[in-house]
Amino acid sequence: MRLVVPLQGVVQGRGGLIFGSLIPCALFYFLQLYLKRHRSPNSRSNPPSPSASAQNLAELTRTSSRSNLLSRGSIVPVLISSLATSISKPNDSPYYIGLDKASEDPYDRIDNPDGVIQLGLSENRLCFDLIEKWMLENLKDSMRGREEGDLSISGIASYQPLDGTMELKMAMAGFMSRVMGGAVSFEPSQMVLTAGATPAIETLCFCLADHGNAFLVPTPYYPGFDRDMKWRTGVELIPVHCRNTDNFMLSISALNQAFNQTRKRGTKIRGILLSNPANPVGNLLSREMLCDLLYFAREKNIHIISDEIFAGSIYENEEFVSIADVVDSEDFDKSRVHIVYGLSKDLSLPGFRVGMIYSFNENVLAAARKLTRFSSISAPTQRLLVSILSDARFIEEYMATNKKRIRNMHDLFVAGLEGLGIRCADSSAGLYCWADMSKLILTYGEKGELELWEKLLHVAKINITPGSACHCIEPGWFRCCFTTLDKEDIPVVMERIRKLADTRAASRG
Amino acid sequence: MAIEIEKPSVGLSKVAVSETHGEDSPYFAGWKAYDENPYNESSNPSGVIQMGLAENQVSFDLLEKYLEEHSEASSWGKGAPGFRENALFQDYHGLKSFRQAMANFMEQIRGGRARFDPDRIVLTAGATAANELLTFILADPGDALLVPTPYYPGFDRDLRWRTGVKIVPIHCDSSNNFQVTPEAMEAAYRCAESMNLKVRGILITNPSNPLGATIQRTVLEQILDFATNKNIHLVSDEIYSGSTFSSSEFISIAEVLETRGYKDSERVHIVYSLSKDLGLPGFRVGTIYSYNDKVVTTARRMSSFTLISSQTQHLLACMLSNKEFSENYIKTNRERLTRRYDMIINGLKTAGIECLKGNAGLFCWMNLSPLLEEPTRESELALWKVILNEVRLNISPGSSCHCSEPGWFRVCFANMSEQTLEVALKRIHKLMEQRRRRN
Repeated sequence: MRLVVPLQGVVQGRGGLIFGSLIPCALFYFLQLYLKRHRSPNSRSNPPSPSASAQNLAELTRTSSRSNLLSRGSIVPVLISSLATSISKPNDSPYYIGLDKASEDPYDRIDNPDGVIQLGLSENRLCFDLIEKWMLENLKDSMRGREEGDLSISGIASYQPLDGTMELKMAMAGFMSRVMGGAVSFEPSQMVLTAGATPAIETLCFCLADHGNAFLVPTPYYPGFDRDMKWRTGVELIPVHCRNTDNFMLSISALNQAFNQTRKRGTKIRGILLSNPANPVGNLLSREMLCDLLYFAREKNIHIISDEIFAGSIYENEEFVSIADVVDSEDFDKSRVHIVYGLSKDLSLPGFRVGMIYSFNENVLAAARKLTRFSSISAPTQRLLVSILSDARFIEEYMATNKKRIRNMHDLFVAGLEGLGIRCADSSAGLYCWADMSKLILTYGEKGELELWEKLLHVAKINITPGSACHCIEPGWFRCCFTTLDKEDIPVVMERIRKLADTRAASRG
Repeated sequence: MAIEIEKPSVGLSKVAVSETHGEDSPYFAGWKAYDENPYNESSNPSGVIQMGLAENQVSFDLLEKYLEEHSEASSWGKGAPGFRENALFQDYHGLKSFRQAMANFMEQIRGGRARFDPDRIVLTAGATAANELLTFILADPGDALLVPTPYYPGFDRDLRWRTGVKIVPIHCDSSNNFQVTPEAMEAAYRCAESMNLKVRGILITNPSNPLGATIQRTVLEQILDFATNKNIHLVSDEIYSGSTFSSSEFISIAEVLETRGYKDSERVHIVYSLSKDLGLPGFRVGTIYSYNDKVVTTARRMSSFTLISSQTQHLLACMLSNKEFSENYIKTNRERLTRRYDMIINGLKTAGIECLKGNAGLFCWMNLSPLLEEPTRESELALWKVILNEVRLNISPGSSCHCSEPGWFRVCFANMSEQTLEVALKRIHKLMEQRRRRN
């Protein structure tokens, strides 16, 4: 302003005041322009690197990129969508934080014996030797095209049916039938293949529900559902709480109550989302229960999605009943039943991204088929899988051995926990057990559970998933995946938990 | 409220029953005609020749040769030791070796004139998924993206269906070879505003589909300035960047940013894929390259719905990091595409048909407006039907690409053998002769 008055004097006559204020503004503007132009550019030849690796915890430091933006001359940064804004926030779920920590400092018996033992990822590593042996003996032939006999790439290079090749669907139908004990036969034309079970669930959700609708989900449930079912679809998940007294078994009365309460507040329920075998508890739905659920769905005119991805991971001597089996044998309206499946658990191939939607509803199939363009299975992988899955002898041997080994690990692990006074829920399937660690909590409640989880992760250095991440209503329960371990690691795990338990008992005095 | 199909059967969502998938348009109807009566040199010589599919089949032999000589790409080494790790790898960051190989490949295609950071690459199962993902990230439901016409018919579905985002066209016409102008962009922006739509970005395809031509540097600069001015995003779909007829004519938005010192680059995102340049659409390999950290983080997380098989990542990492292979492939592919392009352009010229001057892509943009009864969309579709049912060629009418001028058609030339292309050209000659005789 100190310039204005003398300028007013300088610029005599009409418009003196205006020029007197305009000129300093103009000078100011040109000064800014000059400074902007002569600011040194960031880097002449290399694009700026992202501010940190995209690990969860590292992202907390990402606020520095904001100030970079401002210093480059833009006044208002270009905005991203509200969906993206919420997703870009650092993920505060213990499920993801634990996974990150374990992968940053992974335990290795020889190379890193003090690392974090990963018990938070339901991966099955028990039968890789069998698959590796198969690869060694069969890989060359498995990648050959059917037509010319030599490696014909045109067969797999070109556009394939986006919902999967018929060969793979047929192979999957055969495999699933075997997995479910031969009790059901699956129709390839009722399958839509997707790049993993994750897009299968999301695609189904897009087909069955509008933004703002809801699904009933028994708790505790797989933390990934919060992402898969809700992020982009805008759908709500209504927890239907199950309790220890029922061994976390779903009850129709709880379902009914949740349904009515939700409807009262004006939200439309489109269906029930089940995991059977259940994750994280590992129990199975009985035939009677499945019938009851189908009656319930009919009464309320809603869908049932049954995520049966662990169907092949049942323990030796247990029996799994698929909803497809029940729907076939009784006179139920099939158009409301949809199954999700995949090879990530039963065949230990999560990296290959093989999942499916199996539905009895032609309209759902028609819509889902078109949506698979956003998540199709890679053609070379489809070809490889047709080979593996068609090898009936190998599959029989694999599945029998798999069930046996999972049973063995389960028994050892659960016994180990029992030796520490930690009881597990009764389970018949799954790559994990559901352990009651409430005795180790200092203050009973969700806060106490999270405090225990943190100590287990940072002090005992084992990553297990707290029940609160799975929406469990009772604090103190943890999911422990044991199929990523070797037998020799089990005593190490138990020792670390015992040490922590002792320190806590001591501090309690 | 979702539409109930019929009581008491259980209802489906709006997305499921919506027509936005667009599979009832001529673009897709032509494919059905082809599927029902496909041309085959020996068994069905009078069948429909597919010229509506932008697929690159001219360089398969190069891929096959590589795979034969490098079995380690399709296996995991002797005794399959890398197999276990690979089969378990489902990290949405993607294999580092593969991202590195993709970054290098993208640099090679651009003659080293731009650099790409592997940590800015997000992998998706195809460019279709990449475009949809970006739309979810850059715009809210009900917002709009500006897209120059004519554009790839699939955008109507990929950008709008599940995202709820709208497309507002930037009209281009033949008076200046369908180039985007600042006036056209302004007009589109005002049009969106008048419909109360919030414009979040502009999406260009460079080289253009269906034009088969690269965007000039001055136009790219104007587009970037426009985006900066309106403070919106710029998505550059460069899926055909390796399918140019000469290495120097294609200018990537990355190069423009480079010369500007990457100033204000957070609004720019590039989509790429191996479906066209490498002729591997079945592999489902797409990428988003973003200069915006938040977009990279978010896209990565959202890519969980559309990950690339780790087996495929491994295979392609081997292949693309083989400099000898990639350099030879890019060079040979370009030569072969140029040859095809010359063949079809000359063939059409002799038949009396003009095309837009092209320099990239797997197709040419043919002008059949002199053949139209009237300069209308209906006339164009009538002509298209004649070409499909009588001449038995499936080509894509400009109206399915939202072209504002009737009479233009996209004709693909790389998804067939040279012999088949000759047959197609013969049929076109015949059609033109018949028309001349009639007149």
